[in-house]
Amino acid sequence: MADPMRIRAALAGDETTVRVLMSHPMEPGTRKDAAGALIPAHFIKDLEATHNGKTVLKAMFSGSVSQNPFLSFKFKGAAKGDKVVVKWVDNKGDSRTDEAAIA
Amino acid sequence: VTQSQAQAAVDQASFQVKTLEDALKAIGGTPATSDQVSVVSPDIAENGAVVPVGATSKLPNTTEMYLIVEKNPTPLSCGFMIPAGTAADVQTRLKMGQSTNVIAVVKADGKLFSATKETKVTLGGCGG
Amino acid sequence: LNHKDVLAAKPGAGQALYDLPKFGNVSFLHFTDCHAQLTPIHFREPNVNLGVADAVGRPPHIVGEALLKHFKIRPGTAEAHAFTYLNFEKAAKTYGKVGGFAHLATLVKMLKASRPHAMLLDGGDTWQGSATALWTNGQDMVDACKLLGVNAMCPHWEFTLGEQRVKEIIEKDFAGQLDFLAQNVKTNDFGDPVFKPYVIKEMNGVPVAVIGQAFPYTPIANPRYMVPNWEFGIQDENMQKMVDEVRAKGAQAVVVISHNGMDVDIKMASRVTGIDAILGGHTHDGMPAPLVVKNAKGQTLVTNAGSNSKFLGVLDFDVRGGKVQDFRYKLLPVFANLLPADKEMQAYIDKVRAPYKAKLDETLAVSEGLLYRRGNFNGSWDQLIVDALMEVKGADMAFSPGFRWGTTILPGQAITRELMMDQVAITYPTSTLTEMSGETIKTVLEDVCDNLFNPDPYYQQGGDMVRVGGLAYTCDPNAGSGKRISNMMLNGKAIEASKTYKVAGWAPVAEGAKGEPIWDVMEAYFKNHKTIAPRKINTPKLVGMQGNPGMVV
Ligand SMILES: [Mn+2]
Ligand SMILES: [Mn+2]
Repeated sequence: MADPMRIRAALAGDETTVRVLMSHPMEPGTRKDAAGALIPAHFIKDLEATHNGKTVLKAMFSGSVSQNPFLSFKFKGAAKGDKVVVKWVDNKGDSRTDEAAIA
Repeated sequence: VTQSQAQAAVDQASFQVKTLEDALKAIGGTPATSDQVSVVSPDIAENGAVVPVGATSKLPNTTEMYLIVEKNPTPLSCGFMIPAGTAADVQTRLKMGQSTNVIAVVKADGKLFSATKETKVTLGGCGG
Repeated sequence: LNHKDVLAAKPGAGQALYDLPKFGNVSFLHFTDCHAQLTPIHFREPNVNLGVADAVGRPPHIVGEALLKHFKIRPGTAEAHAFTYLNFEKAAKTYGKVGGFAHLATLVKMLKASRPHAMLLDGGDTWQGSATALWTNGQDMVDACKLLGVNAMCPHWEFTLGEQRVKEIIEKDFAGQLDFLAQNVKTNDFGDPVFKPYVIKEMNGVPVAVIGQAFPYTPIANPRYMVPNWEFGIQDENMQKMVDEVRAKGAQAVVVISHNGMDVDIKMASRVTGIDAILGGHTHDGMPAPLVVKNAKGQTLVTNAGSNSKFLGVLDFDVRGGKVQDFRYKLLPVFANLLPADKEMQAYIDKVRAPYKAKLDETLAVSEGLLYRRGNFNGSWDQLIVDALMEVKGADMAFSPGFRWGTTILPGQAITRELMMDQVAITYPTSTLTEMSGETIKTVLEDVCDNLFNPDPYYQQGGDMVRVGGLAYTCDPNAGSGKRISNMMLNGKAIEASKTYKVAGWAPVAEGAKGEPIWDVMEAYFKNHKTIAPRKINTPKLVGMQGNPGMVV
């Protein structure tokens, strides 16, 4: 199982900025190893962030998003202490869900 | 369709297309250039494997945002669904194999708009 | 008459040069890119410093007589010698050596006597450039700057000592005394600031702010593995934010110490508002007067203060009614013969050099010709380096990075180990021998050339063109990216795209390269060449540069 995400969520005014660092190789499936064999694709393809059960962002990634992907977005309507939940699913069906309290 | 129900026009196959033209086709057509859209990408990438790229849109009802790296083998890099209450302002980090245009395409009120920025990927060295 | 005495013997010469009338109530003293030169040296300014697009003929892209004319400096004077390459050999003998921290210290003290409020600012490239800086891991310069009374600095080559060492110096040596400022360096995970962005101080009751700007392309121009956790970039938006923040905190004068390079500073000054002056470095341009750049809300002075401890910039502001009303600026050359060595600083320098003295002073060869580095395409010192690389490594051709630092050797002068190290003292000195296809060679030249001549300075990376030995080529700086290099020839034969060539080089930015350090290559060469004949400098045939005031050949 992949390492946990590092999530920072901070409220400023009425807007919450969420920043997420995922741990994932993000292999595009087009690279070759030292022996010349194709390295199989292995990347996060879908991500969803929710606040109080409501979707605040959906993202679709390809293998050209950098290794250990970073994501930053902003939404309104949250209070300090609320939880933001982030879930990703990769092309092999692995997934990971992590959360952070809004500071 | 309300914004929270908005479904992406694109599917995983869209991320496999090989040309800018096909990437735009997958998103839904040719966008109009708009000064209300901006793409944030460095002038010179410090590391082609990790290039910070973002997009913002000031257009009302922006529901989808896409980042395209024109010279990548598969140009369409990622897409974002923006529900009501979420800002049309996202940032991520993308791979770039060579100097390229980076294009942000957004869908607002069902229409497509774009902005473009050139990022240089250099071999490095030298310096005073 | 002893040459050393020419200037000193002229009554009032020093006074005429250094007696700056007091002006205003806020003052900054600024030196930059000293490249660890603690002792007086010679330094020849370039005869090729081409500007393209908007920068044609705009300072700093003027050289020689065009520069003198533009800044109204009388030819044949000490100042003309300081600011240009004209009659260099003769003038260098007439006016003597320049720079050195003991002489700089005397000048700083003189100016502080009339301006006790002045802040002393260092534009960076301070901890690298000499043997002793390399051998002491920057410590000789760190202590020299503290003794000189530097208040704040911004960085570039400092980072080639590695993240840990930089942090150690800031936390241990600089704590409470010297501010290391860089608004444009962030962690590359969450983008948190790594360094203090600015400092606010009061001068004669006026709050003033100094903001720091690190060299934005450090992880590209130098090895990224030295700063693996940090991200750079120009960061205009954050600069605007910092300016607004210090203004909101009451700063009535705002200056930026910048290591952007002058063309980037000029563009930044046109985009970011609220900066009174950008005191710039990196491009090593000794500019006698600032450029005044207009922007949406006012104007910004942009200066560049040369290199190798050769100059000290003095900026005086008259701040009244909450803002800068007027200014005076002067870039003072540091003539070692006109400024007696400061005793305390000289004692420190002697002490720090003592353990290395024998090694530094050893003569490796004698040069019959002038050896210098600075210039867009090549210098005779670089030619000597590529000649040595080709011979010692058995290569068809050699590349040497377009570094702008490096001192000058006069005809007949001994090449000591110290003077050799002035050209090559870096923390990634590996020399390399690589098989490269003709196509790759073209790609490399095009890549570096675009970093020098891209019409938009934000796409320039800073640094001069890679110096090439063995390879002849034509360069069209005005052509587009990837189209500037043509007619590549080796020994009269056209380079073939698919053929491979043996290319020697040094200072690789990628990790893991193998080879002896460049100084070993040079010493091996000097063992077989005790007398260095004047170099024939290999430079490209240039297209479209006729009449450009940034070049005299
Ligand atoms: Mn420098
Ligand atoms: Mn520099």
